[in-house]
Amino acid sequence: MLKYTLRRVLYVIPILFGVTLICFLLFNVAGGDPAAQAAGKYATAEQIRTIRHEMGLDKPLPLQYWDYLKQVVTFDFGRSWSTKQNISEMFLEGVGPSLTITFPGFVISLLLTIPLALLLGYKRDSLLDKFSMFICLAMISISSLVYILAGQYFLSYKMNLFPISGWDSSWSGRWEYALLPILIMVVLSIGGNVLFFRTLFIEEMHKDYVRTARSKGLSNKTVLTKHILRNALIPIITLTVLQIPFLILGSLLIESFFGIPGLGGITVNAINNADFPVIKAMVVILTILYTIFNLLSDLLYAVVDPKVRLE
Amino acid sequence: MISFWIIVAYLVLAALCAMDLVFTNYDVVNNSQPYAFPSWQHWFGTDLFGRDVLARAAHGTVTSLIVGFFGAALSVVIGTFFGAIAGYFGGLIDDLITWFYSTLDNIPYILLLVAFSFVSGPGLKTLCLAIGLTSWVGHCRLVRSEFIKQRGQEYVQGAFAMGASHSRRIFIHILPNTVHLILINFSLGFVSAIKAEVILSYLGLGVAPGVPSWGMMISDARLELARNVWWGLVAATLFMFFLVLAFTLFNDAVRDALDPKLRDK
Repeated sequence: MLKYTLRRVLYVIPILFGVTLICFLLFNVAGGDPAAQAAGKYATAEQIRTIRHEMGLDKPLPLQYWDYLKQVVTFDFGRSWSTKQNISEMFLEGVGPSLTITFPGFVISLLLTIPLALLLGYKRDSLLDKFSMFICLAMISISSLVYILAGQYFLSYKMNLFPISGWDSSWSGRWEYALLPILIMVVLSIGGNVLFFRTLFIEEMHKDYVRTARSKGLSNKTVLTKHILRNALIPIITLTVLQIPFLILGSLLIESFFGIPGLGGITVNAINNADFPVIKAMVVILTILYTIFNLLSDLLYAVVDPKVRLE
Repeated sequence: MISFWIIVAYLVLAALCAMDLVFTNYDVVNNSQPYAFPSWQHWFGTDLFGRDVLARAAHGTVTSLIVGFFGAALSVVIGTFFGAIAGYFGGLIDDLITWFYSTLDNIPYILLLVAFSFVSGPGLKTLCLAIGLTSWVGHCRLVRSEFIKQRGQEYVQGAFAMGASHSRRIFIHILPNTVHLILINFSLGFVSAIKAEVILSYLGLGVAPGVPSWGMMISDARLELARNVWWGLVAATLFMFFLVLAFTLFNDAVRDALDPKLRDK
C-alpha cells in the first residue's frame, strides 16, 4: 500500500505541472495580450507598455511561467480587475456559501437515488422500472437552465414560497435563501444518478456471489442490502469523492441565478466582466483541488479494492 | 426505432430551415406586437421584437445541429487519433499522451469550456471548437484501452507478417474494430454539445446576437419570465427536449445492439 501511495502521489507532480502550464498558455499566450485587456479599449500604446511592464509581461515566457507558478504556490493571485478585491480572499469567502448549497443537495440526492436505483435494479423490466427509467431519461433531456428558470418562476415568483434571490451571510439566516437552490440541485442530479446507479446495481446482481448468497437461502433484503449494495458502493464512493471539488465550485448557474455569493457566482460575474485574473485563479485553484481529490479517490479505491494496488 | 426517425425529422427540418423553405418569417421584425401571446397566427407567440417564436425555435435546430455535429465530430476525431496512437505504440508516446489527457481531465470540464471560449471570443465557430477541443478525453481513454487490447491479436500480427505498415495496421485493421465506440461517443458528444451550447449562451459565450438558437432563447427567458412571458422558454425547451431524448434513446439502442454482453443479461 505504501508503494502504491508513493507512486500515486508522485504521479500528481507532472499533472500539476501540466495543469498550470495549460492555464498559463491558455490565458497568457492564446488569450491575446493581457495587458491590452487590462488597460481597456481606449488605452494608448504607452499606457499598455507601462501595464505590461508592471505585470511582468515583457519578460521571456519561461520567466513569466515561473512568476505564475510562484503565484500559485503562495496562493497570491493579485486583485480582481473589476472589484479590486484580493482574489485569495474572494475565494475563501466564496467557499462557505457554495458549500451551503451544494453539500446538502449532494447528500440528499445520494440518500434518495441510491435506494431508488437499488429498487429499480431489483425490479428490472417491471412496469415501475420502465416508467421510472423513462422519467429519468426525460429529466436529463431538459437543460439544467430550464429547471432553474422554472423553479424560480413558479416557486418564488408565482407562489412566493421562497425569496427570488439574495443571501444572508449569518448562519441561521442563510437557509431561507438556500432552500430552493438546494431543491433544484437535488432535482438536477436525480435523473443522471438513478440511471447510473441502476446500471451499477444490475451489473452486480448478475455476479456469482449473489447466486451463492441466494442459494444459501438468504432473504432478498439481506442479499440486496448486505451483498449487492456493499459491493456496488465501491464505485459509488469513488465517484462521489470525485464530485466533492465540484461541490466547492457550487453550481455556476444556480449561484448566479439566485445571487448567491459563492464561487460559482464569483466566476460567472468574472466572466461577464471579463475579469481575467479571477477566472484564471478560479480555474487553477479548482483544478488543483480536483487533482488532490482525484488522488484521494484513487487511494480510497485501493483501500477498498486491493486488486488495484497490484496493477 | 422511433428515436431514429425523430432524429431524421430534425435533420430534415434543419435542412429545410437552412434553405429557407419553411418558417421563413423567423427574422421578420414586427415592432407593433412585442411579446404577443400565443395565437393561431403565432403558435408560440412572439419575442421582444415581434418575431415568431415557433419559427425561431425551428431555426434554432440548425444552430444546435451544427454545434452538436461539429463539436462531437471534432472531439471524436481528436480522441480517436490520440487514443489510437497511444494504445498502439505504448511506451513514451503513450506516457506523453496519457499525461496530456489526464492533465486536461483534471480541469473541471465546465471551467475549461468557459476558459476556452472566453479567450477565443464568442461565436458559432468558437462554440464548436471549444466543445470539441475540451471533450475528447473520455473517448480517447476508451479508444486507447481498446487499442491496447487489439494490438496483440492474431489478425494484427497477421497484418504485420504480411508487411502492413504501422499506419495501415492502425487505421485499416484495428480502427474498424473500434467503430462501435466511435459511434456511441459521437452520439453522446452530440447531446452534451447541445446542452453545453445553452450554458455557454447564458454566460454570454454563445452565438452572435440575432442568430436563432435554443441556448439564446432559454437564457433570454430569464428576463422574459419577469414579464410572465413563458412561451419562448417553452418553445425552445420542447424543441430541445425531443431531440436530446431521441438521441439518448437512440444511444441506448445502439449500445445494446453493439455490446452483446449487455444483451444476454
